[in-house]
Amino acid sequence: MTAATRDAALHLGVLTLLAGLWFVLPTYHSGNLARIMVLAVYAMGYNLLFGYTGLLSLGHALFFAAGMYGLAIAMQQGGWSAAPGFLAGLIAALVVSGVAGALALRTTGVAFMIVTLMFAQAGYLTVLYFGAITRGDEGFVIPQAARSLAGIDLTTPANRYFAALILFGAVFLGLAWLVRSPFGRTLIAIRENEARAKMLGYDTHAYKLRAVILSGTISGASGAAYALLFGYAGATFATVQYSIFPLLWVLLGGAGTTIGPLIGAIFMFYLIDLASGVTDAYMLIAGVVLVLLTLFAPQGLAGTLRNRVWPWLP
Amino acid sequence: MLASLEGAVTAATLALTAMGLSLVFGVMRVVNVAHGEFYMLGAVIAWFVSTTLGTHPAIGFVGALIVAPVLVGLLAAAADRLILARINYDPERTIVATIGLLYILQQSTLMTFGPDARPVEPPFNSRIALPWWRQGENGLEMFYPWGLATTSYKLFIIVAAVAILIGLWVLLTRTRIGLVMRATQADREMATAFGIPVERVYAMVFGLGAGLAALGAVLIVPVQQAHYLMGADPLLLSFIVVIIGGLGSLPGTIIAALLIGMSDGIISVFFSPTLAKILATLVVAMVLVFRPQGLLGKASA
Repeated sequence: MTAATRDAALHLGVLTLLAGLWFVLPTYHSGNLARIMVLAVYAMGYNLLFGYTGLLSLGHALFFAAGMYGLAIAMQQGGWSAAPGFLAGLIAALVVSGVAGALALRTTGVAFMIVTLMFAQAGYLTVLYFGAITRGDEGFVIPQAARSLAGIDLTTPANRYFAALILFGAVFLGLAWLVRSPFGRTLIAIRENEARAKMLGYDTHAYKLRAVILSGTISGASGAAYALLFGYAGATFATVQYSIFPLLWVLLGGAGTTIGPLIGAIFMFYLIDLASGVTDAYMLIAGVVLVLLTLFAPQGLAGTLRNRVWPWLP
Repeated sequence: MLASLEGAVTAATLALTAMGLSLVFGVMRVVNVAHGEFYMLGAVIAWFVSTTLGTHPAIGFVGALIVAPVLVGLLAAAADRLILARINYDPERTIVATIGLLYILQQSTLMTFGPDARPVEPPFNSRIALPWWRQGENGLEMFYPWGLATTSYKLFIIVAAVAILIGLWVLLTRTRIGLVMRATQADREMATAFGIPVERVYAMVFGLGAGLAALGAVLIVPVQQAHYLMGADPLLLSFIVVIIGGLGSLPGTIIAALLIGMSDGIISVFFSPTLAKILATLVVAMVLVFRPQGLLGKASA
């Protein structure tokens, strides 16, 4: 079996498994899984920048929220239908990540982390500032009637699950292809040694900017899909916490692996779900996991698997 | 006038908190995201101490002033040994680890201290009317306008903060400990070569930085209230101060703390608080983008 067919088999296998799970899982868990798949898209967008390009952003909630509010405001205030609304979300995330990326990429390392954190904080405050439209922390609900795409009602559990799966699958396969393409290879080269990539003649700044924009737009797609499928947009999704989550998922699942973001999102989602049943202080779990990961498994689950068991894992 | 006095109180505690952050960054090159939580812990411990001692507010306050920074400092030093030292102070992993630490401290406080804001009584609190001048019949005359007053405690905060900062300055420039710290800051490997126990210095600096944040919190908590989420604003403001002042530059940090503390009250007179925060955040981000060495920092190679 060649490497390419093995990768394809793995990725298609994961998608088939996810599709099959719908018929097996009870309603509660399939609902969770739909949510996890949408969030995994966010994690995969983040992974492109963090795992493959080596840029640690602490402000991805800005892009997630841009997509979410791009769609939600277009549908709520502009009365747009779902398809152009989704497009509005994508364009909002594209523009925001373009501007934020162009500015933030003038810095490197720790300064890049802080600048992205501050941009996201400014974005969160902006959402609060326009409380008349966004309803601030309370958020607003997108009417059920509007949430249908090409005549398919996205509010039924089955349609919602498969819509999430289609988006997840598209991004999953797209990124799996992208990171094997010359463009993805160049991003990895920048992660490993930017000076060397530059010396080889690559315009690393342009590559990094493209990575930020692509990563931000995928995150925005996740935000828009979240608002569309679950019918709610609120300022919570713009908080620092939602910038930390994708980092947590990717670190846990394995940065720089195609499958890591999904694994991390599933693990964290259920860990927090279980913990919040026990205590209000469920973010304690997130803190402990973050510390343990940095100490003992900086490669994450999939990364550790790749190191120890399956060196071919993409 | 009154706004600037309130500003001076903010600036005083901010200077302490930001100084801790700046010291840790300067010596260890570590961005401590959990700094705000050490501040919060200082306030919460002050509440515990003053309620358990429970006699006169002044005794509780003095107790808190001693116990809180020491406990928080020890906790921070332990965190340094157990977590940061093990990941070799790698910048990015340190940030991730301190984010984790932030959630651990904050959420543990939520579990034990609870979600309510709790007041701490100030040790003394007499109202002081401030004089003002106006054009009277006999030229300029002094009077005490209604509403222009402060409390003795707020003045004490300013005096205490100045005293602590002077003490810190003496510690850093005049003692052996300060010398060792500065040597470590200048060149870690050379310091190791000269037999300085760099690891212990790091733990001490991390503890000292956290202790300063806790001190700032103990001073301010009688004016504000202790709450498990109170660390967020000081963290953001300290970041702003340290960045504006130039990463690692201690005099820059103090000047920036004065600037931000004083202007915080003044900006919010003109804009809505949210808009003021948006503008402040963006301005600071732009400083980092276009002048990464800070306003007073030296350009590095």
